[in-house]
Amino acid sequence: MSCCASAAVLKTAPAPKQGVAVKIGGITVALRTSNEEFCGLLRQRYGHFVEQQATPDFEFDLELSQPFADERLDDDVQVWSDSDTWYFQRGDFYAELDARARRGRMLHLPNPYCVDAVLRILHTLILARSGGFLLHASSAIRQGRGFLFSGISGAGKTTIASLAPPDVTLLTDEVSYVCRENGAYRAYGTPFAGELATLGANQVAPIAALYLLEKAPHNRIEAVSPADAIRALLRNTLFFAHDPALVDQLFKSACQFVERVPVSRLAFVPDARVWEFIH
Amino acid sequence: MSASATKPLYVATSSAIAARMLGGEMMVMSLRDSTFFTLNEVATVIWRSADGSTALSDIVRHSVCGEFDVDFETAQRDAEELVNRLAEHGILTVSDQPIQQPPTHL
Repeated sequence: MSCCASAAVLKTAPAPKQGVAVKIGGITVALRTSNEEFCGLLRQRYGHFVEQQATPDFEFDLELSQPFADERLDDDVQVWSDSDTWYFQRGDFYAELDARARRGRMLHLPNPYCVDAVLRILHTLILARSGGFLLHASSAIRQGRGFLFSGISGAGKTTIASLAPPDVTLLTDEVSYVCRENGAYRAYGTPFAGELATLGANQVAPIAALYLLEKAPHNRIEAVSPADAIRALLRNTLFFAHDPALVDQLFKSACQFVERVPVSRLAFVPDARVWEFIH
Repeated sequence: MSASATKPLYVATSSAIAARMLGGEMMVMSLRDSTFFTLNEVATVIWRSADGSTALSDIVRHSVCGEFDVDFETAQRDAEELVNRLAEHGILTVSDQPIQQPPTHL
């Protein structure tokens, strides 16, 4: 099924009557579906990020699809806009969002992770306009302070999360939600999990530090230059839209973050002693 | 033979970039392909002088050679290599004519 055919289906689909409201980073997205079983899957997937009685900031009508005839599941996500409408597409979903009305529709395979992908894209767009971003990073709260641990796949995001002592609250082991509020940065918990496959805590804390992870024979913290910090941030930020204005905003956001939040390289041995450095 | 011996080169910063000075380093990002550059001190001087109307050789002679201990020929050769490389990524425009393009405000 092509992108254009998907759009035609979306325009004729009836409005679903039930759904779940998922609140991440203070933003509530209502996901409406007429399929009771899939609704149950969504409730299970988003757990304590589901709001029982919430006024949504955004609404999506979901429509299940059979596997697309010409689907390419390994396709990269494509995100583009036309006036006030955003379009998100991958091999297993197609979505439209009227940014002004904050309403969208989505055609997708019967898999909650398609919805996950759309939520991630939506939040990157929301955050970009307010100076925040989604970061490939695990994050945690210790003594009321938020810590981010960023790195490429294999750098140790899940490892450091799995080694956290009992006084640490995990926000995510995969995708951190960085919000800029009144000039300060806060990390919110997310349901976007990595290898731990568990939801993060639905909590928030001011960000005290960002650590760039690197496995090493000895634990140590090293200073990094602002340029290296920004380069690492940009490399690990989730962003899908090839929109020059948003890329410009993302660059500014990375610079502002580095000016405000201490960024260091954390070279660590993968055992629990690394947490002696984090406080 | 260097280009400066034949025709003057003019350089202008692209409008499709984001740039910021932080921690003493100039960082530039292409808004077209998100390529990220960190400029050294000499490159930063050239970048900041790339107004489209000043010849590259004048930038090198007055700004680069005026601030750094380098001879003109070496500096000019390095400058041409630099601007051509940055032009390949679309963050600078290089021309043998003055460029009627507003410079990026930093």
